[in-house]
Amino acid sequence: MDLTNFMSICSQIMGGFGRTLLIFFITLIFSMPLGLLVARGRMSSVTLVKRLVQVIISILRGTPLMLQLIVVFYGPYFIFGSKLSSSWRMMAVMIGFSINYAAYFGEIFRAGFEAVPPGQLEAARVLGYSKIQTYWKITFPQMCKRVIPPVTNEVITLVKDTSLAFALAYTEMFTLAKQIAAAQSNIAPLFVAGLFYYIFNFVVAWIMELIEKKLGYYN
Amino acid sequence: MSLFEIKNAKKSFGDLQVLNDISISVDEGEVVAIIGPSGGGKSTLLRCATMLERMDSGTLTYLGEDAARPDGAGGITYASPADLKRITGYFGLVFQNFNLFPHYSVLKNITDAPICVQKRDKSEVMKVAADLIRKMGLEGKEDYYPQQLSGGQQQRVAIARALAMNPQILFFDEPTSALDPELTAEILRVIRGLAKEKMTMVIVTHEMSFAKDVADRVVFMDGGYIVEQGRPEDVLVNPKEERTQRFLDRFSN
Repeated sequence: MDLTNFMSICSQIMGGFGRTLLIFFITLIFSMPLGLLVARGRMSSVTLVKRLVQVIISILRGTPLMLQLIVVFYGPYFIFGSKLSSSWRMMAVMIGFSINYAAYFGEIFRAGFEAVPPGQLEAARVLGYSKIQTYWKITFPQMCKRVIPPVTNEVITLVKDTSLAFALAYTEMFTLAKQIAAAQSNIAPLFVAGLFYYIFNFVVAWIMELIEKKLGYYN
Repeated sequence: MSLFEIKNAKKSFGDLQVLNDISISVDEGEVVAIIGPSGGGKSTLLRCATMLERMDSGTLTYLGEDAARPDGAGGITYASPADLKRITGYFGLVFQNFNLFPHYSVLKNITDAPICVQKRDKSEVMKVAADLIRKMGLEGKEDYYPQQLSGGQQQRVAIARALAMNPQILFFDEPTSALDPELTAEILRVIRGLAKEKMTMVIVTHEMSFAKDVADRVVFMDGGYIVEQGRPEDVLVNPKEERTQRFLDRFSN
Protein backbone atom coordinates (compact mmCIF):
# COMPACT_ATOMS: atom_id res chain seq x y z
CA MET A 1 0.00 0.00 0.00
CA ASP A 2 1.67 3.20 -1.08
CA LEU A 3 1.05 6.61 0.39
CA THR A 4 -1.35 7.80 -2.33
CA ASN A 5 -3.45 4.69 -1.91
CA PHE A 6 -3.40 5.13 1.86
CA MET A 7 -4.50 8.74 1.56
CA SER A 8 -7.30 7.83 -0.81
CA ILE A 9 -8.53 5.07 1.54
CA CYS A 10 -8.39 7.56 4.41
CA SER A 11 -10.43 10.15 2.59
CA GLN A 12 -13.03 7.56 1.55
CA ILE A 13 -13.27 6.24 5.10
CA MET A 14 -13.63 9.76 6.43
CA GLY A 15 -16.95 9.83 4.64
CA GLY A 16 -18.23 7.11 6.96
CA PHE A 17 -16.52 8.53 10.00
CA GLY A 18 -19.08 11.35 10.17
CA ARG A 19 -21.85 8.79 10.54
CA THR A 20 -19.89 6.90 13.16
CA LEU A 21 -19.55 10.14 15.09
CA LEU A 22 -23.25 10.81 14.66
CA ILE A 23 -24.24 7.41 16.11
CA PHE A 24 -21.74 7.92 18.91
CA PHE A 25 -22.91 11.36 20.02
CA ILE A 26 -26.64 10.77 19.52
CA THR A 27 -26.38 7.58 21.54
CA LEU A 28 -24.56 9.33 24.38
CA ILE A 29 -26.97 12.27 24.40
CA PHE A 30 -30.03 10.04 24.66
CA SER A 31 -28.79 7.00 26.56
CA MET A 32 -27.37 8.89 29.54
CA PRO A 33 -30.56 10.71 30.62
CA LEU A 34 -32.49 7.56 29.75
CA GLY A 35 -30.02 5.65 31.93
CA LEU A 36 -30.86 7.96 34.85
CA LEU A 37 -34.50 7.06 34.33
CA VAL A 38 -33.64 3.37 34.21
CA ALA A 39 -31.64 3.70 37.45
CA ARG A 40 -34.58 5.50 39.05
CA GLY A 41 -36.98 2.76 37.95
CA ARG A 42 -34.60 0.05 39.07
CA MET A 43 -34.46 1.61 42.57
CA SER A 44 -38.21 2.32 42.66
CA SER A 45 -40.09 1.38 45.81
CA VAL A 46 -42.97 0.29 43.57
CA THR A 47 -42.28 -3.40 43.08
CA LEU A 48 -44.05 -3.56 39.72
CA VAL A 49 -41.92 -0.76 38.28
CA LYS A 50 -38.75 -2.27 39.67
CA ARG A 51 -39.49 -5.75 38.28
CA LEU A 52 -40.51 -4.37 34.90
CA VAL A 53 -37.29 -2.37 34.59
CA GLN A 54 -35.32 -5.43 35.73
CA VAL A 55 -36.87 -7.54 32.99
CA ILE A 56 -36.21 -4.91 30.33
CA ILE A 57 -32.57 -4.56 31.44
CA SER A 58 -32.20 -8.32 31.43
CA ILE A 59 -33.45 -8.58 27.83
CA LEU A 60 -31.37 -5.64 26.60
CA ARG A 61 -28.21 -7.02 28.15
CA GLY A 62 -28.96 -10.63 27.38
CA THR A 63 -29.52 -10.40 23.61
CA PRO A 64 -27.16 -9.19 20.86
CA LEU A 65 -27.28 -5.49 20.09
CA MET A 66 -27.31 -6.42 16.41
CA LEU A 67 -30.56 -8.31 16.89
CA GLN A 68 -32.05 -5.40 18.84
CA LEU A 69 -31.23 -3.06 15.97
CA ILE A 70 -33.00 -5.40 13.55
CA VAL A 71 -36.05 -5.60 15.84
CA VAL A 72 -36.25 -1.81 16.12
CA PHE A 73 -35.87 -1.38 12.37
CA TYR A 74 -38.42 -3.97 11.25
CA GLY A 75 -40.74 -3.50 14.24
CA PRO A 76 -42.97 -0.83 12.62
CA TYR A 77 -43.35 -2.99 9.52
CA PHE A 78 -44.41 -6.08 11.44
CA ILE A 79 -46.60 -4.23 13.93
CA PHE A 80 -48.17 -1.49 11.80
CA GLY A 81 -47.27 -2.59 8.29
CA SER A 82 -45.50 0.75 7.79
CA LYS A 83 -43.15 1.28 4.92
CA LEU A 84 -39.52 1.46 6.01
CA SER A 85 -37.92 4.65 4.69
CA SER A 86 -34.19 5.24 4.60
CA SER A 87 -34.49 8.02 7.16
CA TRP A 88 -36.10 5.43 9.46
CA ARG A 89 -32.97 3.31 8.95
CA MET A 90 -30.91 6.02 10.59
CA MET A 91 -33.51 6.61 13.30
CA ALA A 92 -33.65 2.89 14.07
CA VAL A 93 -29.89 2.79 14.54
CA MET A 94 -30.01 5.73 16.97
CA ILE A 95 -33.01 4.35 18.88
CA GLY A 96 -31.56 0.84 19.11
CA PHE A 97 -28.20 2.06 20.36
CA SER A 98 -29.69 4.55 22.81
CA ILE A 99 -32.01 2.01 24.41
CA ASN A 100 -29.33 -0.65 24.64
CA TYR A 101 -26.78 1.69 26.19
CA ALA A 102 -29.40 3.15 28.54
CA ALA A 103 -29.73 -0.31 30.09
CA TYR A 104 -25.99 -0.51 30.76
CA PHE A 105 -25.69 3.08 31.95
CA GLY A 106 -28.76 2.58 34.13
CA GLU A 107 -27.09 -0.25 36.02
CA ILE A 108 -23.87 1.72 36.39
CA PHE A 109 -25.75 4.79 37.66
CA ARG A 110 -27.74 2.67 40.09
CA ALA A 111 -24.53 1.26 41.58
CA GLY A 112 -23.22 4.84 41.80
CA PHE A 113 -26.31 6.09 43.59
CA GLU A 114 -26.25 3.17 46.00
CA ALA A 115 -22.63 3.92 46.85
CA VAL A 116 -23.54 7.38 48.19
CA PRO A 117 -23.54 6.95 51.98
CA PRO A 118 -27.03 7.03 53.58
CA GLY A 119 -25.72 9.71 55.95
CA GLN A 120 -25.70 12.13 53.02
CA LEU A 121 -29.44 11.67 52.55
CA GLU A 122 -30.04 12.02 56.27
CA ALA A 123 -28.05 15.25 56.45
CA ALA A 124 -29.99 16.60 53.47
CA ARG A 125 -33.28 15.62 55.09
CA VAL A 126 -32.50 17.28 58.41
CA LEU A 127 -31.44 20.44 56.55
CA GLY A 128 -34.83 20.46 54.84
CA TYR A 129 -33.73 19.82 51.24
CA SER A 130 -36.62 18.62 49.08
CA LYS A 131 -36.32 15.27 47.31
CA ILE A 132 -35.54 16.97 44.01
CA GLN A 133 -32.93 19.24 45.59
CA THR A 134 -31.36 16.27 47.36
CA TYR A 135 -31.14 14.38 44.07
CA TRP A 136 -29.60 17.15 41.97
CA LYS A 137 -27.49 18.86 44.62
CA ILE A 138 -26.32 15.99 46.80
CA THR A 139 -26.62 12.50 45.34
CA PHE A 140 -26.31 13.12 41.60
CA PRO A 141 -22.93 14.93 41.72
CA GLN A 142 -21.49 12.29 44.05
CA MET A 143 -22.84 9.51 41.84
CA CYS A 144 -21.22 11.08 38.76
CA LYS A 145 -17.81 11.09 40.33
CA ARG A 146 -18.07 7.44 41.33
CA VAL A 147 -19.22 6.14 37.96
CA ILE A 148 -16.62 7.74 35.70
CA PRO A 149 -14.39 4.65 35.40
CA PRO A 150 -17.18 2.21 34.41
CA VAL A 151 -18.80 4.85 32.19
CA THR A 152 -15.45 5.28 30.40
CA ASN A 153 -15.49 1.56 29.67
CA GLU A 154 -18.96 1.80 28.17
CA VAL A 155 -18.14 4.85 26.10
CA ILE A 156 -15.08 3.12 24.65
CA THR A 157 -17.15 0.05 23.88
CA LEU A 158 -19.71 2.28 22.20
CA VAL A 159 -17.07 3.67 19.83
CA LYS A 160 -16.41 0.15 18.59
CA ASP A 161 -20.04 -0.97 18.74
CA THR A 162 -21.04 1.73 16.25
CA SER A 163 -19.74 -0.71 13.62
CA LEU A 164 -22.76 -2.94 14.37
CA ALA A 165 -24.90 -0.44 12.46
CA PHE A 166 -23.88 -2.44 9.39
CA ALA A 167 -26.63 -4.88 10.44
CA LEU A 168 -29.10 -2.30 9.11
CA ALA A 169 -26.90 -1.46 6.14
CA TYR A 170 -26.28 1.94 7.60
CA THR A 171 -22.97 2.89 6.04
CA GLU A 172 -20.89 4.11 8.90
CA MET A 173 -17.12 3.87 8.87
CA PHE A 174 -16.70 0.12 9.24
CA THR A 175 -19.38 -0.78 6.70
CA LEU A 176 -17.72 1.60 4.28
CA ALA A 177 -14.28 0.13 4.96
CA LYS A 178 -15.61 -3.34 4.20
CA GLN A 179 -17.12 -2.11 0.95
CA ILE A 180 -13.84 -0.49 -0.08
CA ALA A 181 -11.92 -3.63 0.93
CA ALA A 182 -14.24 -5.77 -1.19
CA ALA A 183 -13.97 -3.45 -4.15
CA GLN A 184 -10.15 -3.34 -3.98
CA SER A 185 -9.78 -7.00 -2.96
CA ASN A 186 -7.48 -5.72 -0.26
CA ILE A 187 -7.89 -5.79 3.51
CA ALA A 188 -5.84 -2.62 4.05
CA PRO A 189 -8.97 -0.41 4.35
CA LEU A 190 -10.06 -2.48 7.37
CA PHE A 191 -6.76 -1.74 9.09
CA VAL A 192 -7.11 1.92 8.27
CA ALA A 193 -10.58 1.83 9.85
CA GLY A 194 -9.02 0.12 12.89
CA LEU A 195 -6.54 2.96 13.13
CA PHE A 196 -9.41 5.46 13.07
CA TYR A 197 -11.21 3.63 15.90
CA TYR A 198 -8.02 3.50 17.91
CA ILE A 199 -7.35 7.23 17.56
CA PHE A 200 -10.99 8.01 18.32
CA ASN A 201 -10.82 5.94 21.49
CA PHE A 202 -7.49 7.44 22.43
CA VAL A 203 -9.16 10.85 22.39
CA VAL A 204 -12.20 9.51 24.26
CA ALA A 205 -10.04 8.01 27.00
CA TRP A 206 -8.10 11.26 27.28
CA ILE A 207 -11.28 13.32 27.60
CA MET A 208 -12.74 10.94 30.19
CA GLU A 209 -9.54 11.21 32.18
CA LEU A 210 -9.87 15.00 32.14
CA ILE A 211 -13.45 14.71 33.35
CA GLU A 212 -12.38 12.31 36.08
CA LYS A 213 -9.72 14.76 37.22
CA LYS A 214 -12.20 17.62 37.13
CA LEU A 215 -14.75 15.71 39.19
CA GLY A 216 -12.03 14.59 41.61
CA TYR A 217 -11.62 18.15 42.88
CA TYR A 218 -12.86 17.30 46.33
CA ASN A 219 -10.38 14.61 47.28
CA MET B 1 -42.10 26.82 77.77
CA SER B 2 -41.02 23.49 76.44
CA LEU B 3 -39.40 23.83 73.05
CA PHE B 4 -39.43 20.18 72.31
CA GLU B 5 -41.49 17.37 73.68
CA ILE B 6 -41.78 13.71 72.88
CA LYS B 7 -44.49 11.72 74.66
CA ASN B 8 -45.06 7.98 74.97
CA ALA B 9 -42.71 7.30 72.10
CA LYS B 10 -42.55 3.70 71.02
CA LYS B 11 -40.34 2.26 68.32
CA SER B 12 -39.41 -1.27 67.48
CA PHE B 13 -37.27 -2.84 64.80
CA GLY B 14 -38.86 -6.21 64.14
CA ASP B 15 -39.14 -7.96 67.48
CA LEU B 16 -36.75 -5.60 69.19
CA GLN B 17 -38.47 -2.87 71.18
CA VAL B 18 -35.95 -0.01 71.05
CA LEU B 19 -38.05 2.71 72.64
CA ASN B 20 -40.50 1.74 75.38
CA ASP B 21 -42.90 4.55 76.09
CA ILE B 22 -40.31 7.32 76.27
CA SER B 23 -41.38 10.80 77.33
CA ILE B 24 -39.07 13.75 77.58
CA SER B 25 -39.41 17.48 77.24
CA VAL B 26 -36.77 20.15 76.87
CA ASP B 27 -37.15 23.78 77.90
CA GLU B 28 -35.72 26.80 76.18
CA GLY B 29 -32.06 27.28 77.05
CA GLU B 30 -31.78 23.87 78.63
CA VAL B 31 -28.90 21.48 77.93
CA VAL B 32 -29.82 17.82 78.26
CA ALA B 33 -27.25 15.04 78.10
CA ILE B 34 -28.44 11.55 77.29
CA ILE B 35 -26.17 8.76 78.48
CA GLY B 36 -26.42 5.03 78.62
CA PRO B 37 -25.06 1.79 77.20
CA SER B 38 -24.98 1.11 73.45
CA GLY B 39 -28.24 -0.27 72.19
CA GLY B 40 -30.09 1.47 74.99
CA GLY B 41 -32.14 3.54 72.56
CA LYS B 42 -30.31 6.89 72.79
CA SER B 43 -29.60 7.28 69.09
CA THR B 44 -33.02 5.96 68.11
CA LEU B 45 -34.63 8.56 70.36
CA LEU B 46 -32.64 11.27 68.61
CA ARG B 47 -33.50 9.85 65.20
CA CYS B 48 -37.20 9.79 66.08
CA ALA B 49 -36.98 13.33 67.43
CA THR B 50 -35.39 14.53 64.19
CA MET B 51 -37.82 12.47 62.10
CA LEU B 52 -35.13 10.39 60.45
CA GLU B 53 -37.04 7.47 61.91
CA ARG B 54 -40.81 7.17 62.21
CA MET B 55 -42.15 6.34 65.65
CA ASP B 56 -44.64 3.49 65.93
CA SER B 57 -46.71 5.58 68.31
CA GLY B 58 -46.44 8.68 70.44
CA THR B 59 -46.50 12.44 70.17
CA LEU B 60 -43.76 14.72 68.87
CA THR B 61 -44.09 18.44 69.46
CA TYR B 62 -41.89 21.43 68.64
CA LEU B 63 -42.84 24.90 69.93
CA GLY B 64 -46.35 23.70 70.58
CA GLU B 65 -46.80 22.35 67.05
CA ASP B 66 -47.46 18.65 66.67
CA ALA B 67 -45.21 16.93 64.15
CA ALA B 68 -46.80 13.61 65.04
CA ARG B 69 -49.69 12.57 67.23
CA PRO B 70 -51.62 9.39 68.01
CA ASP B 71 -54.24 8.60 65.38
CA GLY B 72 -56.66 7.29 67.99
CA ALA B 73 -56.35 3.71 66.77
CA GLY B 74 -53.08 2.88 68.47
CA GLY B 75 -51.01 4.20 65.54
CA ILE B 76 -49.55 7.54 64.68
CA THR B 77 -50.17 10.29 62.14
CA TYR B 78 -47.51 12.71 61.02
CA ALA B 79 -48.32 16.28 60.04
CA SER B 80 -48.62 17.29 56.37
CA PRO B 81 -45.40 17.56 54.36
CA ALA B 82 -45.65 21.36 54.38
CA ASP B 83 -46.00 21.42 58.17
CA LEU B 84 -43.19 18.91 58.60
CA LYS B 85 -40.96 21.03 56.39
CA ARG B 86 -41.57 24.04 58.63
CA ILE B 87 -41.06 21.99 61.79
CA THR B 88 -37.79 20.57 60.39
CA GLY B 89 -36.54 24.16 60.43
CA TYR B 90 -36.92 24.31 64.21
CA PHE B 91 -34.16 21.82 64.91
CA GLY B 92 -30.67 20.96 63.80
CA LEU B 93 -28.75 17.70 64.09
CA VAL B 94 -25.03 17.12 64.36
CA PHE B 95 -24.04 13.58 63.38
CA GLN B 96 -21.42 11.30 64.79
CA ASN B 97 -19.83 11.00 61.33
CA PHE B 98 -20.34 14.67 60.42
CA ASN B 99 -22.07 13.81 57.12
CA LEU B 100 -20.71 16.91 55.45
CA PHE B 101 -21.28 17.14 51.71
CA PRO B 102 -17.88 16.12 50.29
CA HIS B 103 -18.36 17.92 46.99
CA TYR B 104 -19.11 21.27 48.64
CA SER B 105 -16.53 23.60 50.10
CA VAL B 106 -16.70 24.49 53.78
CA LEU B 107 -18.47 27.75 52.94
CA LYS B 108 -20.98 26.07 50.63
CA ASN B 109 -21.71 23.36 53.20
CA ILE B 110 -22.68 26.11 55.61
CA THR B 111 -24.53 28.46 53.25
CA ASP B 112 -26.30 26.22 50.76
CA ALA B 113 -29.29 25.12 52.84
CA PRO B 114 -30.03 28.61 54.28
CA ILE B 115 -29.98 30.00 50.73
CA CYS B 116 -31.65 27.17 48.82
CA VAL B 117 -33.96 25.71 51.45
CA GLN B 118 -34.81 28.67 53.66
CA LYS B 119 -34.57 31.09 50.70
CA ARG B 120 -32.80 33.65 52.83
CA ASP B 121 -30.99 36.61 51.41
CA LYS B 122 -27.58 35.58 50.13
CA SER B 123 -25.64 38.48 51.60
CA GLU B 124 -27.27 37.97 55.00
CA VAL B 125 -26.38 34.25 54.92
CA MET B 126 -22.80 35.06 53.92
CA LYS B 127 -22.49 37.34 56.92
CA VAL B 128 -23.92 34.73 59.27
CA ALA B 129 -21.54 32.13 57.77
CA ALA B 130 -18.53 34.43 58.21
CA ASP B 131 -19.45 34.89 61.89
CA LEU B 132 -19.89 31.15 62.41
CA ILE B 133 -16.61 30.39 60.66
CA ARG B 134 -14.84 32.79 62.98
CA LYS B 135 -16.63 31.42 66.03
CA MET B 136 -15.70 27.85 65.10
CA GLY B 137 -12.07 28.80 64.49
CA LEU B 138 -12.24 27.90 60.82
CA GLU B 139 -10.91 31.14 59.34
CA GLY B 140 -9.02 30.54 56.12
CA LYS B 141 -10.72 27.16 55.57
CA GLU B 142 -13.71 28.55 53.65
CA ASP B 143 -12.63 27.11 50.32
CA TYR B 144 -11.36 23.78 51.64
CA TYR B 145 -13.24 20.57 51.02
CA PRO B 146 -14.22 18.36 53.97
CA GLN B 147 -11.67 15.67 53.05
CA GLN B 148 -8.88 18.21 53.48
CA LEU B 149 -9.81 18.89 57.11
CA SER B 150 -9.19 17.01 60.35
CA GLY B 151 -12.11 15.23 62.00
CA GLY B 152 -12.38 17.95 64.61
CA GLN B 153 -12.48 20.65 61.95
CA GLN B 154 -15.08 18.69 59.99
CA GLN B 155 -17.27 18.40 63.07
CA ARG B 156 -16.95 22.15 63.66
CA VAL B 157 -18.07 22.74 60.06
CA ALA B 158 -21.02 20.41 60.71
CA ILE B 159 -21.94 22.40 63.83
CA ALA B 160 -21.68 25.65 61.86
CA ARG B 161 -23.83 24.13 59.10
CA ALA B 162 -26.52 23.26 61.65
CA LEU B 163 -26.33 26.66 63.37
CA ALA B 164 -26.56 28.58 60.09
CA MET B 165 -30.17 27.37 59.85
CA ASN B 166 -30.98 29.28 63.06
CA PRO B 167 -32.46 26.25 64.82
CA GLN B 168 -34.35 26.63 68.08
CA ILE B 169 -32.84 23.41 69.36
CA LEU B 170 -29.73 21.49 68.40
CA PHE B 171 -29.35 17.72 68.71
CA PHE B 172 -25.94 16.05 68.89
CA ASP B 173 -25.60 12.33 68.21
CA GLU B 174 -22.35 11.29 69.89
CA PRO B 175 -20.51 14.24 68.34
CA THR B 176 -17.08 13.15 69.54
CA SER B 177 -17.26 9.36 69.11
CA ALA B 178 -15.52 9.39 65.74
CA LEU B 179 -12.73 11.67 66.94
CA ASP B 180 -9.32 11.17 68.51
CA PRO B 181 -9.14 12.24 72.16
CA GLU B 182 -7.23 15.42 71.41
CA LEU B 183 -9.84 16.43 68.85
CA THR B 184 -12.67 15.60 71.24
CA ALA B 185 -11.64 18.45 73.51
CA GLU B 186 -12.03 21.08 70.80
CA ILE B 187 -15.57 19.95 69.99
CA LEU B 188 -16.54 19.86 73.65
CA ARG B 189 -15.19 23.40 73.98
CA VAL B 190 -17.40 24.54 71.12
CA ILE B 191 -20.49 22.91 72.66
CA ARG B 192 -19.66 24.44 76.03
CA GLY B 193 -19.51 27.85 74.32
CA LEU B 194 -22.96 27.28 72.84
CA ALA B 195 -24.31 26.31 76.25
CA LYS B 196 -23.02 29.63 77.62
CA GLU B 197 -25.00 31.41 74.93
CA LYS B 198 -28.10 29.58 76.13
CA MET B 199 -28.48 27.42 73.03
CA THR B 200 -31.02 24.67 73.71
CA MET B 201 -29.27 21.36 73.16
CA VAL B 202 -29.80 17.64 73.52
CA ILE B 203 -26.54 15.73 73.46
CA VAL B 204 -26.10 11.98 73.29
CA THR B 205 -22.65 11.41 74.70
CA HIS B 206 -20.24 9.02 76.34
CA GLU B 207 -18.23 11.87 77.87
CA MET B 208 -19.35 11.70 81.49
CA SER B 209 -17.28 14.54 82.83
CA PHE B 210 -18.43 16.74 79.99
CA ALA B 211 -22.07 15.81 80.67
CA LYS B 212 -21.47 16.69 84.28
CA ASP B 213 -20.23 20.19 83.64
CA VAL B 214 -22.23 21.26 80.67
CA ALA B 215 -25.65 19.65 81.15
CA ASP B 216 -28.51 21.06 83.17
CA ARG B 217 -30.07 17.63 83.18
CA VAL B 218 -28.77 14.14 82.59
CA VAL B 219 -30.99 11.37 81.25
CA PHE B 220 -29.88 7.77 81.64
CA MET B 221 -31.39 5.36 79.12
CA ASP B 222 -31.14 1.60 79.09
CA GLY B 223 -33.16 -1.12 77.39
CA GLY B 224 -35.40 1.40 75.68
CA TYR B 225 -36.44 3.04 78.96
CA ILE B 226 -35.51 6.25 80.69
CA VAL B 227 -34.17 4.70 83.86
CA GLU B 228 -33.35 7.90 85.65
CA GLN B 229 -33.04 11.61 85.03
CA GLY B 230 -32.17 14.67 87.02
CA ARG B 231 -29.44 17.12 87.83
CA PRO B 232 -26.00 15.90 86.74
CA GLU B 233 -24.62 15.81 90.26
CA ASP B 234 -27.50 13.56 91.32
CA VAL B 235 -27.57 11.18 88.38
CA LEU B 236 -23.84 10.97 87.82
CA VAL B 237 -22.62 11.09 91.39
CA ASN B 238 -25.41 9.71 93.53
CA PRO B 239 -27.70 7.78 91.23
CA LYS B 240 -30.87 6.40 92.73
CA GLU B 241 -31.07 3.42 90.42
CA GLU B 242 -28.80 0.44 90.60
CA ARG B 243 -28.64 0.17 86.82
CA THR B 244 -27.29 3.70 86.57
CA GLN B 245 -24.71 2.94 89.23
CA ARG B 246 -23.56 -0.20 87.41
CA PHE B 247 -23.21 1.73 84.15
CA LEU B 248 -21.22 4.50 85.82
CA ASP B 249 -18.98 1.99 87.61
CA ARG B 250 -18.10 0.41 84.32
CA PHE B 251 -17.22 3.83 82.98
CA SER B 252 -14.98 4.95 85.79
CA ASN B 253 -12.59 2.01 85.53
